Amino acid sequence: MRETIRFLLSETDCSIAGLPPTMTVLEWLRTEARACGTKEGCAEGDCGACTVVLGEVIDGRLRYRAVNACILFIASLDGRQLLTVEHLRGPDGTLHPVQQALVEQHGSQCGFCTPGFVMSLFALYHAGGGADRQAVQEALAGNLCRCTGYRPIVDAALAACAGPPADRFAANAAAIAARLQALATGEPLGLTHASGKFLVPRSLEQLDGLTQTWPDAVLLAGGTDAALWVTKQYRALPEVIALDRVEGLDTVTEDDSLLRVGASATYEDALAALAWHWPEFARMVRRVGSRQIRNRGTIGGNVANASPIGDTPPALIALGATLVLRAAGERRRIAAEDFFLGYRKTALARGEYLEAIEVPLPAPGQLFAVYKVSKRLEQDISAVCGAFALTLDGGKVASVRIAFGGMAAVPKRAVQTELSLLGQLWTQDSVALAMEALDAELAPISDMRASAAYRKLVARNLLLRFQLETAPLSDAAVRLSEVAA
Amino acid sequence: MNVIAPITPDSEILHPRGLRVAGHSAAQDSARKQVAGEALYIDDMPEPRDLLHAYIRLSDHAHARIVKLDVSAAAASLGVAAVLTARDVPGVNDVGPAFPGDPIFADGLVEYAGQSVFAVAADSIALARQAAMRAVLEYEPLPPVLTIREALAQQFFVLPSQKMQRGDAAAALAAAPQRLQGRIVVGGQEHFYLEGQIAMAVPGEDHDIKVYSSTQHPTEVQHLVARALAVPDHAVICETRRMGGAFGGKESQASLYAAIAALLAAKTGRPVKLRLDRDDDMKLTGKRHDFEIEWDVGFDATGRITGIAFMLAGNCGMSPDLSGAINDRAMFHSDNAYYLDAVSIVSHRCKTHTVSNTAFRGFGGPQGMVGIEAVMDAIARHLKRDPLQVRRRNFYGKRDRNITPYHMTVEDNVIPEIVAELARTSEYAKRRQEIAAFNAGSPWVKRGLALTPVKFGISFTLTRMNQAGALLHVYTDGSVMLNHGGTEMGQGLFTKVAQVAAEEFGIDLDRVKITATTTEKVPNTSPTAASSGSDLNGKAAQAAARIIRERIAKVIAKQWGVAAGDIVFRDGELRCGPHAMRFSEAAKHTHAARVSLSSTGYYATPKIHYDTKLHQGRPFYYFAYGASVSEVEVDTLTGEYRLRRVDILHDAGASLNPALDLGQIEGGYVQGMGWLTTEELWWDAQGRLRTHAPSTYKIPAVGDVPQDFRVALWKRGRNRENAIYRSKAVGEPPLMHGISAFQALVDAVASCGEGVVQLDAPATPERVLMAIAARRGG
Repeated sequence: MRETIRFLLSETDCSIAGLPPTMTVLEWLRTEARACGTKEGCAEGDCGACTVVLGEVIDGRLRYRAVNACILFIASLDGRQLLTVEHLRGPDGTLHPVQQALVEQHGSQCGFCTPGFVMSLFALYHAGGGADRQAVQEALAGNLCRCTGYRPIVDAALAACAGPPADRFAANAAAIAARLQALATGEPLGLTHASGKFLVPRSLEQLDGLTQTWPDAVLLAGGTDAALWVTKQYRALPEVIALDRVEGLDTVTEDDSLLRVGASATYEDALAALAWHWPEFARMVRRVGSRQIRNRGTIGGNVANASPIGDTPPALIALGATLVLRAAGERRRIAAEDFFLGYRKTALARGEYLEAIEVPLPAPGQLFAVYKVSKRLEQDISAVCGAFALTLDGGKVASVRIAFGGMAAVPKRAVQTELSLLGQLWTQDSVALAMEALDAELAPISDMRASAAYRKLVARNLLLRFQLETAPLSDAAVRLSEVAA
Repeated sequence: MNVIAPITPDSEILHPRGLRVAGHSAAQDSARKQVAGEALYIDDMPEPRDLLHAYIRLSDHAHARIVKLDVSAAAASLGVAAVLTARDVPGVNDVGPAFPGDPIFADGLVEYAGQSVFAVAADSIALARQAAMRAVLEYEPLPPVLTIREALAQQFFVLPSQKMQRGDAAAALAAAPQRLQGRIVVGGQEHFYLEGQIAMAVPGEDHDIKVYSSTQHPTEVQHLVARALAVPDHAVICETRRMGGAFGGKESQASLYAAIAALLAAKTGRPVKLRLDRDDDMKLTGKRHDFEIEWDVGFDATGRITGIAFMLAGNCGMSPDLSGAINDRAMFHSDNAYYLDAVSIVSHRCKTHTVSNTAFRGFGGPQGMVGIEAVMDAIARHLKRDPLQVRRRNFYGKRDRNITPYHMTVEDNVIPEIVAELARTSEYAKRRQEIAAFNAGSPWVKRGLALTPVKFGISFTLTRMNQAGALLHVYTDGSVMLNHGGTEMGQGLFTKVAQVAAEEFGIDLDRVKITATTTEKVPNTSPTAASSGSDLNGKAAQAAARIIRERIAKVIAKQWGVAAGDIVFRDGELRCGPHAMRFSEAAKHTHAARVSLSSTGYYATPKIHYDTKLHQGRPFYYFAYGASVSEVEVDTLTGEYRLRRVDILHDAGASLNPALDLGQIEGGYVQGMGWLTTEELWWDAQGRLRTHAPSTYKIPAVGDVPQDFRVALWKRGRNRENAIYRSKAVGEPPLMHGISAFQALVDAVASCGEGVVQLDAPATPERVLMAIAARRGG
């Protein structure tokens, strides 16, 4: 396998060899490349000060995506273009339109978050134009500013990102795409360093082989969680197999009966299909992390990591999703709710990996909602996440699946609650009884995100909210207008 | 180059006296560098040869005796150059700014989880960290005091309790027509400056040391580093070009990192950088004080207060730090904009085994204001009146009812005018009715509205700190270099002070360069704090500029045969009658005439005095005023909420720079709103902070700011005191506009039932939901 990471640093061919493969791009920029424009604010992908942009060829076209350099390993640069705040000025020193707009709108005060905002805005600038306030907010939700109160930054974004991209990067896109495609040929990347091995298979067959040879390897999709083992816990990862270059593993496809989400499809990749079938699911996914996180993070990783507060498992359980597990080319299928065995413990056998998630397409009349409740609307981790899927027959509950995150050591299906609703009229009275069942079957903990009492009360109320929204007695609002928008 | 925005009609109104540079919306001096990633913060500076990186080993316990500390394995670890413990400090092992109590390294006893125990310098931060973890550190745990409640019960204080009073509160309460008592808990707040604490120390000759520190107080860093090293102050230079945010968190608490870096540099003879990562920063450094406030108020049927008693208990953490002055300021602002006829304010400075709390924008004032605003709301709910009505009923008067609890006469009261204007422009009355109608028809989603005022005292309450110096050079090409004691943390101070110098010389702003703050140019400075930066340093720079301007005028007047006083400096020229000369020419002539083009400037705030024992005097030169209206929508099933609209009207006097002031007002509001809503600090039962990173500690994000955000400078604003060009300080006061967001949540909760609302801060969705549940009896 190839021992050198090859990528474009702006327009310069760049290669890295001999460094720890799990060195972060942020550390590489600041200590090796001595490019200190990109800042460290948190080293966990939550503040956005380190935001850089990756150029990738997708469907033959160059696409720019904002990512957090603090939780991106240098090995992930392979075959991509890396752009940082230092690259945006024109050759004559002219500021890029997004930089100029920030100056004009007084959008930087202390300036430490500013490079990250610049890069998020640069990605938005290249997202096609016509950015409205909603688009700006989504693009900037992962960038924290402690000085300005954001208003001038939003105004700068609206001013700079209104039209189609017309900078030198847009003009060079085809040439850059060709150079990136040339980099993508030849041997797959496989780095061996004293600190650990980092393998980047290109095909499912290669992945099958590597997972058998290195059955204890960490499987790395977007790395938005696993990278924190390195940056926060200072753990060494002796063997890593990256999934983000495996052809076919990131596809999102559907047939007559189900939607199939490949394990390395990012949240952003999956969003359009989810929005088509389950607008409520997509609305929640837009609140998973931030744009930078969703550009790298995957639903597959969210499932396979088995965090009790992962945002997508409750919805997948409620929707009756099946997980496709694969080892050495052999597949088996398991219901999503059976996958989570204990705190961060799953049904994956040694050497086995998650290949895809299959979600049955909604039956006619399916009612579905997933609600995420957190301290802050954006870029926060759930205190409680509740998902509900229901069909009615003659006003009575014909089928129901309910699952919660944040209420137990695993994403948990509320079976007793479902039973108490089955066959009942879909009314507030039935729900009142079901709320008691829910109270009895869930025993959450108190921690920094919420108390057990609050979690229990919210879980009950989310069931009520679902009933109120799906069987409204009046046109009174059930949810906050801005959140519902 | 600075971009100067076109002169707007607004700024003309603000400056009837026709200022040409000051008073205009110049961009922050570093803006172009910041957006291009070219502005250098300390961690971005080119690293000196042989640089070492330092790591601090933190205490695992809130309160424990250290029974064993063996660092030999750390010292023997790969790449390690030095390990320092309390025993290795040549001077004083304490960086307490006003009182002792902040050990550089714990000496046998740890008093908070996260306290500095020892430090390692190694070739890389990873090696330093690995080495530090190899040391043997054993504790004998002691019972910790973790809450204000426990501290009050044990009378466990860092400083003696204080009492401020005017009139006989007890008698007034006993005689009051109506009386209410209540209690509110107000949480602390993490600064969350984006750039964490950092210092780099470079050793020189003769045991000299230069420290680059991200600090609001270079002079204090210099003095404390010198004390720790046991060298004279003149052996230490502290330099600060810019900070990536500070908000008070780098006023006293940057010293520890500077001291450790300097000690390690002195020990090894090599440069040392110490940068805290986010988690260590949040564990090691103090925060805004959390408070418990108890109140007992008497009032008449109209809601007017006839007597009031406050008990303020501030959680200082394990040491005094700046807590004396911070708790004083909480007392000073327990009146906010209201006249309290018979008042008693008791303040306890509680000690707990948690990190030592410190300065944070508002410096105790916000906590005091939250208390009185809760009282206003309670009176209104009790009397079933609109809270705004009760607030207005209690505003300070102009000629009477104008004495504060600390016996200062309020001479510049403009709060009635500001509130009247804001109530009108925000359509408060109409929206109040619309919200009532909405709530009547909306069982699950409720809306709330609140208008709260701000009156904030401007000056350091410690009188001696109200002084500043500047150093100004004019070069013979007419360019100007300016240095002053203030530090730049994003607030735009450098730009404002440069505007003052440019104004005085009548030259373009880009002819003035402000250089890094350093103790070797302007000595013995005060911290950039208490909103005082532009008031103090602007005046000092003005004084320096006027000295040089007069010298130039004298030289040129002689050439022209005119009176020096008749020469006008404007548009880059000196003019008098038919005579005109470029400023740069005049500088050359002055130099040729052998007259100095360099001067210091000095300023001391007039009029102020304060008796700290009696709690009487005039601690403030003037007051800054403003008011805000927030409207919220609350989900009564989950407690989640959104801000629907915010209106702010703020008095920055005759603004020095409207765009920068607007930035302070908007940013202050959002920071204050965050403090009182989503920013929750959470300690576990062992006293360990568990919200020590942005994944768990939630400052406002872009979506938390309302789309409908209407912020205006008060056009009639003009400082009646002789502050720089009649402007007003604007750093801290706007933070307290965030109280209207909290009170709007109270208002929404109130609509779910009857009577006084019990809601503590921060009003997380959890607290809001629980308050609603309590009200609905569920």
